[in-house]
Amino acid sequence: MRNKWLAAPYVGWMALFVVAPLVLVVVYALTTRDGSFTLDNFSNMLQYTSVFGRSFLLAGIATVLCILLGYPMAYFLARERGRLRSMATLLIMLPMWMNFLLRTYSWVFLLERNGFFNTLLSSIGLPKLDIINTEAAVVLGMVYNFLPFMVLPIFSVIVKIDHRVIEAAQDLGANSVQVFRRVIFPLSLPGVLSGVTMVFIPSVSTFVISRLLGGGMSMLVGDLIEMQFLGSAYNPHLGSAISLVMMVIVLVCMGIMNRFGEGEEEAVLL
Amino acid sequence: MKKNGLLSRAFLAILFLFLYAPIFVLIAFSFNDSKSNAVWGGFTFDWYVQLFQNRTVLGALQTTLLVSVLATLVATVVGTAAAIGFSSMKRRPRSLFLTVNNIPLTNADIITGVSMMLLFVFAGQALADFSGWLNSQEWAVNADLWFDFGFSLSFVTLLIAHITFDIPYVIVSVQPKLRQLDPNLAEAALDLGATRLQAFWKVVLPELMPGIVNGMLIAFTMSIDDFVISYFTAGSQASTLSMVVYSMVRRRVSPEINALSTLMFVAVLILLVVINLRQARQEERRKRQALRS
Repeated sequence: MRNKWLAAPYVGWMALFVVAPLVLVVVYALTTRDGSFTLDNFSNMLQYTSVFGRSFLLAGIATVLCILLGYPMAYFLARERGRLRSMATLLIMLPMWMNFLLRTYSWVFLLERNGFFNTLLSSIGLPKLDIINTEAAVVLGMVYNFLPFMVLPIFSVIVKIDHRVIEAAQDLGANSVQVFRRVIFPLSLPGVLSGVTMVFIPSVSTFVISRLLGGGMSMLVGDLIEMQFLGSAYNPHLGSAISLVMMVIVLVCMGIMNRFGEGEEEAVLL
Repeated sequence: MKKNGLLSRAFLAILFLFLYAPIFVLIAFSFNDSKSNAVWGGFTFDWYVQLFQNRTVLGALQTTLLVSVLATLVATVVGTAAAIGFSSMKRRPRSLFLTVNNIPLTNADIITGVSMMLLFVFAGQALADFSGWLNSQEWAVNADLWFDFGFSLSFVTLLIAHITFDIPYVIVSVQPKLRQLDPNLAEAALDLGATRLQAFWKVVLPELMPGIVNGMLIAFTMSIDDFVISYFTAGSQASTLSMVVYSMVRRRVSPEINALSTLMFVAVLILLVVINLRQARQEERRKRQALRS
């Protein structure tokens, strides 16, 4: 069945609702309210350098934590036999079916001064922790929400590794550490790379997590953009400029990272 | 690979606990006989009763389901057609279109939302100007009526946004099936006297079905769970469940929402168990048949 005209409706749709909006972002970023050309929107952004810095730092920490927790999780799940392994994808996806705002918000009850964790800590004689409304809570929210996006691609890559490759390495005298370091880990890198993209991008652009768990104290780029479009500081021109800069930085980061991955472009989605 | 020891099992258990702890909290609080979410005041079903009397929440649930179902249906049809179309293109245009298709997948949600909001504001202004111009002409009937189709424009923009971010998921899941498709199959059907339409419906489509269903499920999940893109594109009249939750979270989450999400969670759980059992039974049957032959 070959008929390229079947794609025509979607090509038109993409032009109208994917490309045109992005063109509008660029146009808005380069104009003032009365429509004349300006670069002021970009120079006005300099005052927000610290917000950009904080966003990329927190998102970076969250991504590293997701690798440190998610990689072993995916690896151990892939080593399981039977039920747990066949249900693994399902078990990791299941929490995502609960509303993401509610899941994030319920961390407030778990973490607050008289919440579950602090009661637990004080009952075994440890001092209380004030995590809520700090940057640590924001990072925790990011790790919690996006950890599945790290585990799933790594898991699906490790599960597909041919057993004969591992057996060959063992036959050639590699011990289990060497098998992992020289066979399994290199083969699972594409999964890690796609996991990093899927964790870092939503983390760096979130405004919900910082609003709910950071108590509005630690402003991120997402908050900044939201404020320009729907918030108090209404200014879509500045908002467009910020969005544009964030998009470019993220694209550059991903481009550099994928260089290291050397052309492994297969989407490891689910 | 070696089997997991006690330590790695414990690690898995702790991480699963981490992923599920907030959900247990929400389910527990949906039965909590106290307005505050921080204290336990005994067991009650009150929130479930009140849920079915809360118009805001039920209205939002209706909007969410309607927009997700419609967007998923449109995205599945358009996306499958587009995937077939892309696969029959030459390399150059195909890779160009696939790159554009990837934009909503890789871009941050907030940027997709904000950019579409700009488009809708822009189009809204153009539309208003146009209807103003029509009204200024003597021959035209009242043009305001033309743009009032009996439902709010805000629902339409929401639907457009959802379709836009759903289609790429359908395409990404149909593509691998198209690549596996044997081109001889359709030709064999044609040789055997099927019309092109019959060959498509009876031979090609069943082969693509697993990919289509998979894409449909992902699209539906994404639509139900979306907050950020809806938040920017829905305008003021339509609000989805996530938007209602967000407006509540800033003041106080009513336990009815906990009850609703518990119900939805249980519904999904039952659905998944049923699907899994069916798959297991089918596999069993296949194995038995393989043994017999």
